[in-house]
Amino acid sequence: MSAPTVERRFGPYGGRYVPETLIPALDELERGWVAARTDPAFLDELGALLRDFVGRPSPLYLAGRLSELTGAEVYLKREDLIHTGAHKINNAVGQALLARRMGKRRVIAETGAGQHGVATATACALLGLECLVYMGTEDMRRQRPNVDRMKLLGAEVSPVEAGARTLKEAVSAAIRDWVANADNTHYVIGSAVGPAPYPALVRDLQRVIGDEARAQLLEAAGELPGRVIACVGGGSNAIGTFSAFLDDAEVELIGVEAAGEGLSTPRHSAPLTTGARGILHGALSAVLQDEEGQIVEAHSVSAGLDYPGSGPEHAQLRDSGRVRYVGVPDEAALAAFRRVSKLEGIIPALEPAHALAWLMANHGGGIDLLTLSGRGDKDLAEVLGT
Amino acid sequence: MSVATNGVGRIAAAFEGHGKRAALMPYLMGGFPDLDGSALAGEAAVDAGADLIELGVPFSDPLADGPVIHAAGTAALAAGATPHGVLRVCERLSARVPVVLMVYANLVLASGAEAFALRAASAGAAGLIVPDLPYDEGDELRGAFDAEGLALVPLVAPTTAADRTSEIAALARGFVYAVSLAGTTGERDNLAPGVADTVERIRAAAGLPVAVGFGISSGQQVRAVAEVADGVIVGSRIVRAAGDGGPDEVRRVVSELAQALGDRW
Repeated sequence: MSAPTVERRFGPYGGRYVPETLIPALDELERGWVAARTDPAFLDELGALLRDFVGRPSPLYLAGRLSELTGAEVYLKREDLIHTGAHKINNAVGQALLARRMGKRRVIAETGAGQHGVATATACALLGLECLVYMGTEDMRRQRPNVDRMKLLGAEVSPVEAGARTLKEAVSAAIRDWVANADNTHYVIGSAVGPAPYPALVRDLQRVIGDEARAQLLEAAGELPGRVIACVGGGSNAIGTFSAFLDDAEVELIGVEAAGEGLSTPRHSAPLTTGARGILHGALSAVLQDEEGQIVEAHSVSAGLDYPGSGPEHAQLRDSGRVRYVGVPDEAALAAFRRVSKLEGIIPALEPAHALAWLMANHGGGIDLLTLSGRGDKDLAEVLGT
Repeated sequence: MSVATNGVGRIAAAFEGHGKRAALMPYLMGGFPDLDGSALAGEAAVDAGADLIELGVPFSDPLADGPVIHAAGTAALAAGATPHGVLRVCERLSARVPVVLMVYANLVLASGAEAFALRAASAGAAGLIVPDLPYDEGDELRGAFDAEGLALVPLVAPTTAADRTSEIAALARGFVYAVSLAGTTGERDNLAPGVADTVERIRAAAGLPVAVGFGISSGQQVRAVAEVADGVIVGSRIVRAAGDGGPDEVRRVVSELAQALGDRW
């Protein structure tokens, strides 16, 4: 968190493709973050909340039976053990604190699986901020317990009926709200997507994952990992993990996207692996679209990866070759979900189950670090129903 | 109408020669309810007194639009509308009045800025409004549109600061689109109070006509806009008419608005 400016572009990617009305709000947010991230009082308060409220640092766990299976030393970064059960809370607490610092009393968010909505509702309850979460009605149906959780935490959940009634439409609804209410409202985007400064802001707030893991691993193993593996939807846990290792040229970085029913079918969520350059939700990045430029629906068994876009920094890291992006289909992720539960006594969320599936199919032989971005309790109905 | 050789010239002529208190620019969603229906609705609007037509190209994720125009776009896409099809509608309407396309940035990017500009110019378009392309992201498109004589019409919002307004005005072509309120498109009961200020800020910076849109639907509102601006854009009200009653209803609504704009003083 030390760079003097916030990136608006990552190579050709990123930018601010939004209605003119929002530009002053993005400028204000950019200035707010540049000031906050170098303000010791802000960082102290954030650090204390991450420690005492969120439960950081999260453990780094040498997974014995997975290591045996793969012939490597597999270290899991246990984001499933922090408050609300997923890495989303790191970003939500940081942005809610920033909103309060900027004098915004009303907070809005979008959510797909509900994890980011729950995290934002939690952070708003913590700080006494008004909270409204946009959620597609199809996702509300699939993720009923998270809807109840958000309401219990004092948030209002606003159903979105447009399109396929999932995450993409919820993001659009939240942006529209923000266009009309930016003077008193902060929009907490849940992933490393959206117009600048969001991709950089979310990365900065999630970098705690990678920084902790790197230090913990050096202490536990005395060396850097050979490979670092994380799942990628919008890509916030992955960019938070990778950013601590970008300068370690010897460390291989692997981002695992959701291949859904297969990369050769139209039903997947792997824009970095297969997509063309396009604009979605304010940023130029890798996007799933048809030949006319209409955004197409993504598909994944994992609601958290079910999104047709990706963070712009990931698109740049793909082009530069620094990160390798691969796709894992639904079936393999579901198998890994069951396998790891029995093998390690850890029920992973379906999102990192994609990363685990890739790891189990591609043995490295050295030291592997995998970000277990969340726990799988939320996915039981989905998995046991299939 | 005077003989103007390119889109920028046609827009200028339309703002000069309309003979009303302000130029009337109805918005129609291309391909809604279907391609032919939208062309007929556009022709009805011209018959009833439209001076320019703003023609929407449907997009899957229209961030700047409210529920009525979003739903019309979704319906148009479901009925098979493509940018190519909407350009055929543009071709028909541009024989009568200047047509300004409202198109989201990704649709332009998907075919490439130069190729899109060429296609739009061939279809007779006079200009383009790209609602998710702030002026500082617009160099590539502006270059491509300039090369074809097409106006890249910028938007200025009530939230836009004075220095930024000047920068936008300096690069504006055709006219400047003043957004009447902080929000998405859609009908509102009253004209937003800050409209006159926004228009004044633009006027101070731009040597081009200023047209006001977003939230405007009634005869009373268009008269109020005409007090301060050179043009008035009515969107959701017209799109609703096209959906409810087709070309006849569009003719009725546009004619009412044109009457409200009456003759010049």
